Amino acid sequence: MSEIKQVLTEPLFQNNPIGLQILGICSALAVTTSLKVALVMSVAVTIVTACSNLTISLVRSNIPNSIRIIVQMTIIASLVIVVDQVLKAYAYSISKQLSVFVGLIITNCIVMGRAEAYAMKNSPGMSFLDGIGNGLGYSVVLIAVGIIRELFGAGKLLGYEILPLVTEGGWYQANGLLLLPPSAFFIIGLLIWAVRSWKKDQVEAPDFKISSNTTKEAY
Amino acid sequence: MEHYLSLFVKAVFIENMALAFFLGMCTFIAISKKIQTSFGLGIAVIVVLAITVPVNNLIYTYLLKEGALTWISPEYASVDLSFLGLLSYIGVIAAMVQILEMVLDKYIPSLYNSLGVFLPLITVNCAIMGASLFMVERDYQLGESVVYGVGAGVGWALAITALAGIREKLKYSDIPHGLRGLGITFITVGLMSLGFMSFGGISL
Repeated sequence: MSEIKQVLTEPLFQNNPIGLQILGICSALAVTTSLKVALVMSVAVTIVTACSNLTISLVRSNIPNSIRIIVQMTIIASLVIVVDQVLKAYAYSISKQLSVFVGLIITNCIVMGRAEAYAMKNSPGMSFLDGIGNGLGYSVVLIAVGIIRELFGAGKLLGYEILPLVTEGGWYQANGLLLLPPSAFFIIGLLIWAVRSWKKDQVEAPDFKISSNTTKEAY
Repeated sequence: MEHYLSLFVKAVFIENMALAFFLGMCTFIAISKKIQTSFGLGIAVIVVLAITVPVNNLIYTYLLKEGALTWISPEYASVDLSFLGLLSYIGVIAAMVQILEMVLDKYIPSLYNSLGVFLPLITVNCAIMGASLFMVERDYQLGESVVYGVGAGVGWALAITALAGIREKLKYSDIPHGLRGLGITFITVGLMSLGFMSFGGISL
């Protein structure tokens, strides 16, 4: 029981795929301009990660080691095609906004990375949960960035007005920078900083130590 | 000629894969600690992009596009296989990387050794897949796709080499503890990306 809980909750903050494992960053930056798109992307990635982990784990003992990457790719690509077709059928406008990024779930390192690191070695049930856990860890970051960008960049959440904009007779002066792509880098950088001030053990060791400027003998 | 030149400049600077579309970010941030390795990876990406984008273009035009199969027989004019796109592009990319690996191993072992583990990693680099998908979305011709592939690769290589240069200097600076490593790298990339946005207003 505790193992299940650990697999599900550890990726949220302790071992976050974006914050610590450096996986799946591309899409986290590009699809977070509005909360709605970020939510759809999170759900899609979570489903694909969980299902691909499950499938790969089921056939793991039958995959020859030398061609495992191509086998994994094929499984992941088939799942992404299903997601892509479902989105096109039921949420066409969102699928247009996501443009190539649905297809890029295939090369999203989270899916591939978890398949390689976890599903190849563990039982199908646990792999499924690991996929969900890592998908949730990814979603947490995506949704946090999406909320910050949409709320302060456009004064809205999910399209509903929260902060009335100056241009529409309100008081809030929208921060246009947050709607531009580079802002996502700053927000994720600062999020990492926040998480690491809270969980000190994630701080990276310095490559190069700075010696103090003055010594006691100098006084 | 002018058209191709402007497409190239556009792919390198205005629509830089890494800094304007955030593609290939995982490798971009994970493997940019040393200029030398970043440069080698950049070259490998250029080569793979220059091959896979035109090949995927051919596959799309002659096999997958709606009505593409008419060269076999006019009866197939209504066949639309474009839903198989993702699967075939990733197949081509994985196969190309594998072939490139074998060719380099046999004929240019020095380059092969210097690239090492990065070569297979290119398969999962979103920049490669992204370039193929953009090529399809924008309906490039064969010639255009060659230029676009090379341009996108050069842009990516340029960006990763620049970032590696900055990070090599950055390790000597006194950074707040929580921001060290990944955090400051994100903020650096954000600033670089702001810089590259200044190309955005240029229309060619």
